[in-house]
Amino acid sequence: MNATSRKPGLLFSGPDWDFGTLSQAFDVIERVAIEELNLDIHPVQMEIISSEQMLDAYSSIGMPLMYRHWSFGKHFLYQEQLYRKGGRGLAYEIVINSNPCIVYLMEENTMALQALVTAHAALGHNHFFKNNYLFKEWTDAGTILSYLDFAKNYIARCEERHGLAAVEAILDPAHALMEQGVFRYRRPPKLSSEKQRQGLRERLEYEERSYNDLWRTLPPSKSGSQVEGSESKTAERRKSLNLPEENLLYFLEKNSLILEPWQREILRIVRVIAQYFYPQRQTQVMNEGCATFVHYTVMNALFDRGLINEGAMLEILRNHCNVTFQPAFDDPRYTGINPYALGLDLMQDIRRISTEPTEEDRDWFPDIAGKCDWRATLLNAWANHRDESFIRQYLSPTLIRKWRLFLLSDTASEPHYEVASIHNERGYEKIRSALAHSYDIGASRSDIQVVDVDLLGDRHLRLEHKVADGVLLEDGSCGATLRHIRRLWGYKVSLVGVDADTGAKIYERLSD
Amino acid sequence: MPIFIDRRLNPKDRSLGNRQRFLRRAREELKRSIRDRVRSGRISDADGEQAVSIPTRSTDEPRFEAAKDSGRREHVLPGNKHFVPGDRLRKPGHGAAGTPDPSMKDSEDDFRFVLSREEVLDLFFEDLELPDMVKLSLKEILAFRPRRAGFAATGSPTNINVGRTMRNSYGRRIALKRPKREEVDAIRQEIAELESGSQSPVARQRIAALQAEVERLERKRRLIAYVDPVDIRFNRFEAQPIPNAKAVMFCLMDVSGSMGEREKDLAKRFFVLLHLFLKCRYDRTEIVFISHTHEAQEVNEETFFYSTQSGGTVVSTALEKMHRIIAERYPGSEWNIYAAQASDGDNAAADSHRCITLLDEEIMRLCQYYAYVEIIDERERHIFGTTENGTSLWRAYSSVNANWPNFQMTRIADAADIYPVFRQLFTRQATAEKLRVRR
Repeated sequence: MNATSRKPGLLFSGPDWDFGTLSQAFDVIERVAIEELNLDIHPVQMEIISSEQMLDAYSSIGMPLMYRHWSFGKHFLYQEQLYRKGGRGLAYEIVINSNPCIVYLMEENTMALQALVTAHAALGHNHFFKNNYLFKEWTDAGTILSYLDFAKNYIARCEERHGLAAVEAILDPAHALMEQGVFRYRRPPKLSSEKQRQGLRERLEYEERSYNDLWRTLPPSKSGSQVEGSESKTAERRKSLNLPEENLLYFLEKNSLILEPWQREILRIVRVIAQYFYPQRQTQVMNEGCATFVHYTVMNALFDRGLINEGAMLEILRNHCNVTFQPAFDDPRYTGINPYALGLDLMQDIRRISTEPTEEDRDWFPDIAGKCDWRATLLNAWANHRDESFIRQYLSPTLIRKWRLFLLSDTASEPHYEVASIHNERGYEKIRSALAHSYDIGASRSDIQVVDVDLLGDRHLRLEHKVADGVLLEDGSCGATLRHIRRLWGYKVSLVGVDADTGAKIYERLSD
Repeated sequence: MPIFIDRRLNPKDRSLGNRQRFLRRAREELKRSIRDRVRSGRISDADGEQAVSIPTRSTDEPRFEAAKDSGRREHVLPGNKHFVPGDRLRKPGHGAAGTPDPSMKDSEDDFRFVLSREEVLDLFFEDLELPDMVKLSLKEILAFRPRRAGFAATGSPTNINVGRTMRNSYGRRIALKRPKREEVDAIRQEIAELESGSQSPVARQRIAALQAEVERLERKRRLIAYVDPVDIRFNRFEAQPIPNAKAVMFCLMDVSGSMGEREKDLAKRFFVLLHLFLKCRYDRTEIVFISHTHEAQEVNEETFFYSTQSGGTVVSTALEKMHRIIAERYPGSEWNIYAAQASDGDNAAADSHRCITLLDEEIMRLCQYYAYVEIIDERERHIFGTTENGTSLWRAYSSVNANWPNFQMTRIADAADIYPVFRQLFTRQATAEKLRVRR
């Protein structure tokens, strides 16, 4: 605190920014954030880009390095059209979970906005990426950039060698399976370093060169007895292939008989990227909430310490309010629950419960109510939760009332929604649990697994869809996706829908 | 202290490659869409601005998605105002508006491409396997009228635009500070006054100075021309095609049972091409659809292409109908009349003779051009491709063909035939040659 009070006067004045001011502002914001919130961050690399480059960045799912694919171009044109029509503004920043943490700032922003973005992204998101258990365990911030660089070059080389169409023919199905391309329950192997990858590739290339078809014609060894029952044979077969397998991309990469080594490598690249984004999808509310909470706290602290003037603070608040605006369900602007708003409110509520709890809060949150160490509670929550568990743990009756949340039950066969619960004594638990459940990516995503294939027989790949709550798959896209799988597998593919509770077969589809 | 990197000077359009890849794919899609549109849309729509939705088949990105119309779900929504548990809300799909749709979201589905006319034509003709040639023939124009089109720095003296030229020269004179006549005159005046007055040494000195000045100014005036060749502007004229005012196209088709899906599709493509061609040449084009079995009717496009009737075939009824419509609505003095007939060549034997009479005596005199397209089976192509033998209608029309230079007939068996045939029917050379032969 002494450090900042030693320096009287404002951090900046007026809307213009320059690198000196940016750097100075970062230093002060970092110090304030660490003092106020005990944040712990990766080193930061700030990159100034123009709005056009921001659009570019959008179109490669926000990554600074990405291989080329037409769907990114489609995405770009879509975003650009929206932007040009004024239908959507650009984000003020993009932040990348890497070490150093890369933050894009737009040159069009005013200095006040740059300060806001610095607090939001360079500190808030950065802290979250570095400390949340999902990111820590499941992504390698240190290697992702070099991996993407490798991926980009590798795919470019494949395009040169095998042609654009051949590469697209692999990338399209791989993208279609991205959601089914992650390990949800076991940790994916660490990304190998550039050198190891090089070694692996050389080995693959050597194998390709030295492959001799004659070996295939050797008579099979006599050791395995043929008379085992088909039941146990199936079980053994499934065991040898490690089935059931939830990661379809992984399975295809390892077991497809028709893919060449380079095609497997492409599947692997898509799978690694899908896995890298998997934690982000599970922590949207927390991540945005954390960043918003940080910028809000830090900016207020800066203002209290006289480091920014009222004009700048007003501009910051205006932007803050825009970002955290939550229209009601019947508002034409309603597009779902705003993760910024929900996350921020949850976190501010934790602070309130810690410092000035009501009787109700003491009942609901005996562990934290009135304990006053809201910083530690928040740091702990940021580190150890994902959206689903966070909401299940911390959504308070106060907040449910404030948001006037209500629960609709929706049975597809009926012409009505039914209001199941509202913000009252009987509804709190149900609303909290349903909201938490809606953020559980494992539950909201169709559960499709490889269950069986006879590699020595007809090679018919059998997939199973566990139908929960009677939610089936959309017909057209399901057929198209099965076609994609068939393209990678090369033989018949079928999908069986099985009721998750009873195990009864509901439907069966064969790829055409 | 963070690292700062200024990326603003990095090349933009990093995603250009992605966009190119996408557009290449989208192009395939557009082609298919145009083809479908020609097949299913109205002839007059084949031309003009087309909006095509993306994504469609080859540019969508399928994945396993939960079907909205199945199962049980729960939605948590903010902003309850007056609901209590047990209330029922009508779903949006089931009537009443204003109810929430929790699954509502932005989608990239309503992302549309808009194609210009040129682009549509390009794609359309590409599908007919004929790139640029067609545009040459479509843009073939009979006469030109000069039309003012701005100014040029070169031209013939008759076209000098005096106003523009003088304006340029004036500007240049100001810019180069060409001394004005009045300035020189004023000094000369002063010299004259001084000379008429007392010849003091001061005055003489002054006169000498002034005379030097006059000389300098005069020299400058000679150097900087009043009108310099660079000032001159010519009126530019562009040759503008003279559109013949109006054209009407008669589409005649046999719709009896023998004309199947394939035959009508081929006919439609031919008519679309003809329509585009006429539209390029004339301000206003109209289409009259006449379908016939054993009797003819004027119908709308829908009926023309999509209804199938049964019954015998009497071609002459259609010709009579056309003749009557011309008499009623399209006086030959105002309208350029084109007719295209598509048929599988099947006709009652006695009727063919009647057709010849009608064409020879009435219709061919009124028509600018009459094209007969016989749609034959692909298997028959090599049989009928070369010979003059054929159906009764073909044989009958052959005699008309011999009499009239503005009558053409040909056979097609599949879509790729259409364009060459079209060229053969409509290029001027062909007609001219035929005329020459006739003389």
